Amino acid sequence: MDYVAAATSNVGYCETVEKLMQLEVPRRARYVRTILCELQRIASHCLWVGTHAMDIGAMTVFLYAFRERELILDLFEEFCGARLTYNSMRIGGLPLDIPPGWDKKVLEFCAIMDSKIDEYETLLTHNRIWLERTKGIGVITGAEAAGLGLCGPVLRGSGVPRDVRKDEPYAAYDEMAFDMALGTAGDTYDRYLVRMEEFRQSLRIIRQATEGLPEGPIVGKVPRLIKPAAGETYHAIESPKGELGFFIVSDGKSTNPYRFRVRPPSFCNLQGLRRLVKGHLVADVVALIGSIDIVLGEVDR
Amino acid sequence: MIDRFVIPLVKIAIVLNATLVAVTYMVLLERKVIAWAQSRLGPMRVGPYGILQPVADAVKLMIKEDITPVRADKWVFTAAPIISMVPALIVYAVIPFGPTVTMFGHPVPLYITDINVGLLYVVSVASVGVYGIILAGWASNSKYPLLASLRASAQLISYEVAVTLTLVSVIMMAGTLSMVGIVNAQYNQHIWYVFAQPVAFVLVLIGGLAETNRAPFDLPEAEQELTGGFHTEYSGMRFALFFLAEYANMIVVSSVVTTLFLGGWLPPFPNTAVFHVLYYIPSWMWFFLKSFAFLYLFIWIRATLPRYRYDQLMRLGWKVLIPLAIVNLVITGLVKVVLL
Amino acid sequence: MGQAIAFYTLAAFILGFAIMVVSTRNTVHSVLFLVLNFLFVAALYVLLGADFLAVIQVLVYAGGIVVLYLFVVMLVNLKRAPEAHEDPHRRTTLGFGLGVAVLLELGVIGAYTSTQVPAPVAANAAMPMAGNTEQVGWLLYTSYLIPFEIASMLLLVAMIGAIVLAKREL
Repeated sequence: MDYVAAATSNVGYCETVEKLMQLEVPRRARYVRTILCELQRIASHCLWVGTHAMDIGAMTVFLYAFRERELILDLFEEFCGARLTYNSMRIGGLPLDIPPGWDKKVLEFCAIMDSKIDEYETLLTHNRIWLERTKGIGVITGAEAAGLGLCGPVLRGSGVPRDVRKDEPYAAYDEMAFDMALGTAGDTYDRYLVRMEEFRQSLRIIRQATEGLPEGPIVGKVPRLIKPAAGETYHAIESPKGELGFFIVSDGKSTNPYRFRVRPPSFCNLQGLRRLVKGHLVADVVALIGSIDIVLGEVDR
Repeated sequence: MIDRFVIPLVKIAIVLNATLVAVTYMVLLERKVIAWAQSRLGPMRVGPYGILQPVADAVKLMIKEDITPVRADKWVFTAAPIISMVPALIVYAVIPFGPTVTMFGHPVPLYITDINVGLLYVVSVASVGVYGIILAGWASNSKYPLLASLRASAQLISYEVAVTLTLVSVIMMAGTLSMVGIVNAQYNQHIWYVFAQPVAFVLVLIGGLAETNRAPFDLPEAEQELTGGFHTEYSGMRFALFFLAEYANMIVVSSVVTTLFLGGWLPPFPNTAVFHVLYYIPSWMWFFLKSFAFLYLFIWIRATLPRYRYDQLMRLGWKVLIPLAIVNLVITGLVKVVLL
Repeated sequence: MGQAIAFYTLAAFILGFAIMVVSTRNTVHSVLFLVLNFLFVAALYVLLGADFLAVIQVLVYAGGIVVLYLFVVMLVNLKRAPEAHEDPHRRTTLGFGLGVAVLLELGVIGAYTSTQVPAPVAANAAMPMAGNTEQVGWLLYTSYLIPFEIASMLLLVAMIGAIVLAKREL
């Protein structure tokens, strides 16, 4: 699984089970889930921008991005005790309410992050070498990208307006105002711009969710034993890498799923590499792998 | 006797040792500056603020196992690091650190020698340094070093053409090839050549970065594509020699750029009455300050910029730098003919 | 005396390296000996007071052309034995012919110089006696202007030819 975006996987799995059992999740829990998902998106994108830039030879961005990722990991640590692989969700809600003052710290982080994103952009967005290394590299049209089953920022970089958060809202995304970042050319540079814009949109969502955090319970009415009735369901969420889908079949007899399958975005996106590298140099392959943003834990399971 | 033998020998000893110490401390400086740029601390453990780190590094590299790959060409494999280190050191023979000063009643020029083809000597010795890289890659008998060394040598040859062409316009301005002569010409013309030849300055700076394999032209060491570059198979002191040669070359480039474009040991506004107070700072101080500024610039660039791709590097060299150098040369010639 | 010792030492090294160039089996080693050979020739030029020529020798031959040789040697697979020619004595005949040609050339040069010693170029009164570089430049742009220009034209033609050959579609 995606170990650099564990919270997203937590949310995805819990929501799938909730969908299967038709559980109601309290509004406060859904808001916190939204905050966690977006914090996780920023953390994952921080890792991406650092390693992507490192692959192209700019090493400073890597350390800058990790500096900010550290702040997010601190927030997660305060929330659930772990820094990388969390156990931050419960089916039907949250294990614990947010610690006192945590929401203020999240807002403080947003204020810091705003200027830091500008810092990354100063180093890269208009840098001539960066432009030469990414513009026109690995161009893929929207139709082709959709045909290959690419998802997430890679698909949006080619201008296809597909975002699970917008199309099939989960958590509290239906109550959030945010824009979908879209590319036009479908090259490495556009995929980069899309993710940079997603940083900003994520901050926007976090601010809305934190400021409008409703009061109320954090866990809904959940039966003692999670034993869904026989049936199956598929539920997808927008992980930082793309569409992360869960498919569960229950035979209604036990607490273990009869069948469970994950659709990992990195695995699907990596299929596109073969098409993207065509006609480019070896040096571009590292840039392209960076622009797809894969986590190999999700590819090879 | 003293003037002919003792003083030159002492100078050679001082310059060689100073260079080697400077090179080891360049490594520390680079690590520190990049660390500060990246909001880190850099080496802190060995000595206060890591000031003894180069000593520790040297000891580590010397006592490390010296590995020669079985299928390597032993002679060439051993010679390659030496070949790359020696040119980097002998270039210092013509770099003027200051004018002739009087010490203990003897006139002591602050340079080892001043030959009338000084600048060409620098260029030609630097061009021999390529062999170290090519041979290291070939003798390792391993694919990544070979690819890296081919890249490196193609890059060095290409940028050498651009740099040498650019230097011709400086030679035209000064009317001499001697390094001391070029500084004196700047003194007589009351101007640092960076203001008279801004295009040439930028071209030489870019070419210098490329010739020392520094970012953003550090393709021979692009670890993402070529593992470790041409010295992948090297270890211990032989690796250290390559490492030191790279830094020694960096110091050479900044010294040469200082001499040619920033008036060497001259203070700003040379030979003008206005800022005469600047002459109270000793000449060699000016030289080292200016060279240091360039070294800092090189490190700064490394911390900031991404890396070029091989074809883009070649395109930049052949389609941008060389035509610009030729145009600059023609304009310099025309101006010189028309004005003088 | 000192100069003579230096000359003969250098000459011995040059000859020795030249023999190594043709007798070494490993092509890369052979190219390396060629570089050493060029460096010692440069030293010989320094001995003759021709600093400029020495530096240019190192810059152009040792630093430029031989690097290209190395490129070719490293890129071309030399492990494969050369294909046998129909005429087994071809090499011998060719070597013999070339040897005779070189000997003839040397003989002609020897005969020519023994009859009339060329006047040293320094005797030219119009030449400013500033330095070695200036002398070379002066000679190239006065007495040897036409050969100089022809050589540069030749190089230009060669360069254009190489570009045309390498790039099929322009």
